[in-house]
Amino acid sequence: MTWDVALILVTDGLANGAIYLLAGLGLVLIFSVTRVVFVPFGDIAAFAALSLAAFETGRVPPTIGMVAVLTALALATEVGGLLRRGEAARIPKAVLMWGVLPAIPCVLAWLAARPGVPVAVHIAVAVLLVVPIAPLLARVVFQPIADASVLVLLIVSLALHFLLSGLGLLFFGPEGSRTTPLTSAVFTLGDGFTVSGQVVLMVGAAIVLSGLFFLVFERTVAGKALRATAVNRVGARLVGIRPVRTALLAYGCASLLAGLIGVLIAPVTTMYYDSGFIIGLKAFVAAIIGGLVSYPMTAVGALAVGVVESFASFWSGALKDVIVFSLLIPVLMLRSFLAAHSEEEEDEVDQ
Amino acid sequence: MKSLMLTLTRGAIAAALTACGVASALAADLKVGLSVSLSGPNSSLGVPYAKGMQAALAYKPEINGRKVQLIVLDDGSDPTTAGRNARKLVEEEKVDVLMGTSGVPAAIAMAQVGRDAKTPMIGLTPILLDANENSWVMTVAQPTQLMIDAVVERMKRNNVKTVGYIGFTDAWGDLVYNALMKAAPEAGIKVVSNERYARADASVTGQVLKIVALRPDAVMTGGAGTPGALPFLALQERGYKGGVYGQHGLINPDFVRVVGAAGQNALMPTGPVIVAEQLPDNYPTKKIATDFRAVFQKVNNAPTSDAFSAYSFDGWLVFADAASRAMKKAEPGTAEFRVALRDAIFSTKEVVGTHGVYSFKPGSLYGVDERARVIVKLDNGQWKLAP
Repeated sequence: MTWDVALILVTDGLANGAIYLLAGLGLVLIFSVTRVVFVPFGDIAAFAALSLAAFETGRVPPTIGMVAVLTALALATEVGGLLRRGEAARIPKAVLMWGVLPAIPCVLAWLAARPGVPVAVHIAVAVLLVVPIAPLLARVVFQPIADASVLVLLIVSLALHFLLSGLGLLFFGPEGSRTTPLTSAVFTLGDGFTVSGQVVLMVGAAIVLSGLFFLVFERTVAGKALRATAVNRVGARLVGIRPVRTALLAYGCASLLAGLIGVLIAPVTTMYYDSGFIIGLKAFVAAIIGGLVSYPMTAVGALAVGVVESFASFWSGALKDVIVFSLLIPVLMLRSFLAAHSEEEEDEVDQ
Repeated sequence: MKSLMLTLTRGAIAAALTACGVASALAADLKVGLSVSLSGPNSSLGVPYAKGMQAALAYKPEINGRKVQLIVLDDGSDPTTAGRNARKLVEEEKVDVLMGTSGVPAAIAMAQVGRDAKTPMIGLTPILLDANENSWVMTVAQPTQLMIDAVVERMKRNNVKTVGYIGFTDAWGDLVYNALMKAAPEAGIKVVSNERYARADASVTGQVLKIVALRPDAVMTGGAGTPGALPFLALQERGYKGGVYGQHGLINPDFVRVVGAAGQNALMPTGPVIVAEQLPDNYPTKKIATDFRAVFQKVNNAPTSDAFSAYSFDGWLVFADAASRAMKKAEPGTAEFRVALRDAIFSTKEVVGTHGVYSFKPGSLYGVDERARVIVKLDNGQWKLAP
């Protein structure tokens, strides 16, 4: 191996790592606030990518229909719950929140699905279109079982993944798509070593977004509420934070991250209806390195996963994934060795 | 007035039912059972197979004056369902011949049912079975070795001395690699790498860097469908200047769409039907291939752009030829007829199809020769014959 090969591999690894970083942030965010390992995260990213590809070929992305159906389901759940509790007066607000708000991206997407619309609009609409997916799923599926054990939540979330990837196959078909690159710029560094603008964009987006995350969590009330809920749900409730609302905020942020991932990677990899799962799985490895709570460690883990993957593909293409997932074993051993064993399991039962 | 209408409607329905009954009694003469993947991940192959079969039915709806009935079942891309479909077709429908399907494992499942039920099975994909133990199955697809031999021949002609290989980690990647390893040494070509990637991989940069560092004269890829485009894109990104060769798994409009400009000038083998219009007039399969195109267009109201529908058409032609000879020996629908039909298929001589000229004989699953392959070049998103 020569230096220039190593350099190319590192660049490639960092580009992939940037994607795992964003996905890892989303997973940690949802897990720390709601204790749900959100497996369908990657599927939402794939939906964004494939919706963008549908826009580019002049088709109306079937995602619109899915979001509309989810909206109807969530609205029905919410209104049903209000009626049962005899709080009919709050129905108009619920309709606004669960019926009108998620329908806005659908309408925008419907309007944008015609030739002649600028690429930037397509990208923005594709991201917006997937933003309601996670909060709506959470309202219909996770909110009624918010106090169940982590294992139950994990299994439900796995079932959701199969549902979404099945729908993806139905909507977009078995073949993959690529979208046109966001930028065709190429930066030449030194002797024949080039970095494509797309890679710079991916890494840049990861840096900017994680910076924004940091600011939001440290400086805003909403961010502090999220952190408080993550630390202790009951305690947060006692000081006037509503866990349901913070959970929805977390799902919304994660969905937005998934959408951004989708449009960032669609030009560099061929996206299939089930491509999201493997991205989510590798991000999960990164999140495990961060113990599913620590954002900085997740970031380090994600970059490590990306670089290891890239070098592994050079040494042995066939064993690449084996090497990446084997990273989990030493990490888990180290973590269980270092971690102070608290009474976490009992906490879950009490809640 | 109302009751009159009712009576008329009833009468019409009764007449229609009787007509159907009579028609089916006549049509029951010859029965073809087709199981393909109309849904699921293999449906991009299965749907063209089914459309090709409809075109074949329209092209030759009668054999020796007897109607042929086609029964199509969907296996949902699942080998277990394919096996169950095959059992249903032989036990409930009592078909004379089985045909299918879109995946190799599913085709094997069907072939085993065919063997147990003593019903001939015409495969539409390559089938990996021992021909001596499976005397009821044959396939119209080209064996992988025949196709790869054509690629290696072309490499030799282009003065390629070393070739790097990159393919899938699955059975298809192995199949292509083994065929390449068999043909390349005889042609004096050295295979310098055996890189693999998974269908779902996002990037093959690492593998391609390794290949480029070895500086082979050419690169051979062992992928299929849209995931097969990945090495082409990565090689272009790394500025690789040598020739890139593919194989017949890549002849697919979705591959062309995803590979874009990176596939320019890639060479790969395929059945001649893909470039039927460009074949020289004396090419044996040219006429039937253009006939097939015309009848496909008429039946499905869309042009053919794939190789799969043509396999169905060829399967039908082989069956029609054999059935016309077997009908002299036994009555369709009986066990004797199925034996006669199998013997007739295995004595097929020079039946001209769209993909090649078929001559089956016992002890081999395949019935095609060098006439069933041409090398094509991808040129601005179009397949061009590269003689």
